[in-house]
Amino acid sequence: MSTMQENQPLLYLDGVSVSFDGFKAINNLSLVVDHGEMRAIIGPNGAGKTTMMDIITGKTRPDTGEVFFEGEKDLTQLDETQIANLGIGRKFQKPTVFEGHSVYDNLVLALKGDRGVFATLFSRFSAKDRERIEEILATIRLQSRAQTLAADLSHGQKQWLEIGMLLAQDPKLLLVDEPVAGMTDAETEETAKLLRRIAKTRSVVVVEHDMGFIRDLGVKVTCLAEGSVLAEGSLDHVSADERVILSYLGR
Amino acid sequence: MITAKLLSRFGLSASALIVALLAIAILFPLANLALPPENPLHVPSHLLPLLGKYLCYAMLALALDLVWGYCGILSLGHGAFFALGGYAMGMYLMRQIGPRGVYADPILPDFMVFLNWQELPWFWYGFDQFWFACLMVLLVPGALAFVFGWFAFRSRVTGVYLSIITQALTYALLLAFFRNDMGFGGNNGLTDFKEILGFSLQADSTRAALFAASAIMLALTFALCRAITLSKLGKVMQALTNAENRVRFIGYRVEHVKLFAFTLSAMIAGIAGALYVPQVGIINPGEFAPANSIEVVIWTAVGGRGTLLGPIFGALLVNGGKSYFTAAFPEVWLFALGALFIAVTLFLPKGIVGLVTQLQERFAARKAAAKRQKQTAPPAKPALNPEAAE
Ligand SMILES: Nc1ncnc2c1ncn2[C@@H]1O[C@H](COP(=O)(O)OP(=O)(O)OP(=O)(O)O)[C@@H](O)[C@H]1O
Ligand SMILES: [Mg+2]
Repeated sequence: MSTMQENQPLLYLDGVSVSFDGFKAINNLSLVVDHGEMRAIIGPNGAGKTTMMDIITGKTRPDTGEVFFEGEKDLTQLDETQIANLGIGRKFQKPTVFEGHSVYDNLVLALKGDRGVFATLFSRFSAKDRERIEEILATIRLQSRAQTLAADLSHGQKQWLEIGMLLAQDPKLLLVDEPVAGMTDAETEETAKLLRRIAKTRSVVVVEHDMGFIRDLGVKVTCLAEGSVLAEGSLDHVSADERVILSYLGR
Repeated sequence: MITAKLLSRFGLSASALIVALLAIAILFPLANLALPPENPLHVPSHLLPLLGKYLCYAMLALALDLVWGYCGILSLGHGAFFALGGYAMGMYLMRQIGPRGVYADPILPDFMVFLNWQELPWFWYGFDQFWFACLMVLLVPGALAFVFGWFAFRSRVTGVYLSIITQALTYALLLAFFRNDMGFGGNNGLTDFKEILGFSLQADSTRAALFAASAIMLALTFALCRAITLSKLGKVMQALTNAENRVRFIGYRVEHVKLFAFTLSAMIAGIAGALYVPQVGIINPGEFAPANSIEVVIWTAVGGRGTLLGPIFGALLVNGGKSYFTAAFPEVWLFALGALFIAVTLFLPKGIVGLVTQLQERFAARKAAAKRQKQTAPPAKPALNPEAAE
């Protein structure tokens, strides 16, 4: 059983399609992400990148196709909470943090642990938890802002806080939707470093338009267009593909 | 030592409120019973049930704040849970009347004899026992809230739609309780109560005890709500008002969190209703009126939603105002209430408590700015405005 699981890819999508009012947002999409792999996804606006993440995280149900996690877990049968608890974390395209809470509390809430109502009600904050949060605060460079309300952070800092919350969740797979949108060049570089570090211990799927950033990541790239895979491989290989140039890069 | 513990757990203002409530639970009844009427500190007998009633309203507003202020669920039907708790207590009080009713039936309340009923309906069984009635005070509103919430939250009904169905819920109950064949006294409701636990409801000592019970219950439920909102679960609840999706994608069961808060809130509302009924001496279907539930929202908004303290002050203030205005200028009360609500919504999004905190913060900022100025060399330019300096 466990050997079978190890031979299976971490995430496996096959023949997935979904349409909204007749419009095919995802069209016969297949994608495989391995254990410990980082994958970059590029593609024009409306290609279906975010929709693909919606499908993986249970927000949208595919009309057809298979979505499996760790070999045997059928994600199409689970809801968002169940999928999150399997170990899939997600950063939204628009940074989504708890604006009414401090940076610190945002991380406390995300920290891995029993999510039951009563377990949460009676949960105690341990020294180990504190250590872990200090560690994450250092990683996302927000130590000095720990007590700041999340609402008062800059756009880039919110993006980082959201990534920090994912780290606190300790998922096996991170889905990161446009993490460097609205960041300065220096911040973008830092984020690439951060994601590379994160990817050492878990799988990461990054959607991004910023080609410099993708190059910095230096990982396998998948280009989506009109809901299916156009090309896949190294960035150089993908950006040399004629159809990719035509539908995305050339514009 | 107890006060130190209270302070560290609940914070200054919340501890102060708890202590104040416990103090008036003792002092007001004492001032009523022990002091002679000519003493200036004497609390007149008619005042205790009136103040007790306000405390019950405050508890209802507190219950609403737990769901509205902390989970973002605007319930426009909380009066229904209050009324159900009230009816459960009223049924006990009815059965306490026993053979002393007008028709002197040993078992059946007067209205059933009047309707020519031969037997006590099954759902009146057990209400001759005080403990059973108390259990129902919690269970009936709790169960209704649980079932209602289970369907509503699972299908992710939120916002205006949820508010509308809560309003529909209380309206449906209003219509149902108006019917004689429901078995709850129809239009007239339940009244003419004589005793509670064998003590006459007319006696000053009983009224004083009911007042004390209301104050103590308000202190307890407030402490409970405060403890919950300070816990990690409380933070999850508040997070729902910011980004429900984020809560879900982090792995919390949003519908369970809401269901917990909603059910507990309904139970607190039920307790409030149960304490209300013996003090006002009647419960009728009018308590289910949708307008009642909306008034609770106004008290909460005026005092300051999402503060727990605010709704308590809001309820006391608005109801005190209502008693005064309806006696002095009966025509203007409704307009005054409407104007108050509009003014608060427009200018005080966090109500009176929010205004006080804001003023405190501004004062602190001004003080800090003044301090900073003193430390630096005498300013060349005129004094800076503290807000601009920030
Ligand atoms: N819930 C929905 N209802 C209707 N249409 C939708 C829905 N979600 C996505 N779409 C449509 O599906 C298409 C794919 O959208 P998606 O957000 O996945 O694109 P994307 O690749 O993430 O684009 P971008 O780079 O702009 O973020 C778009 O045309 C969008 O309008
Ligand atoms: Mg997108």
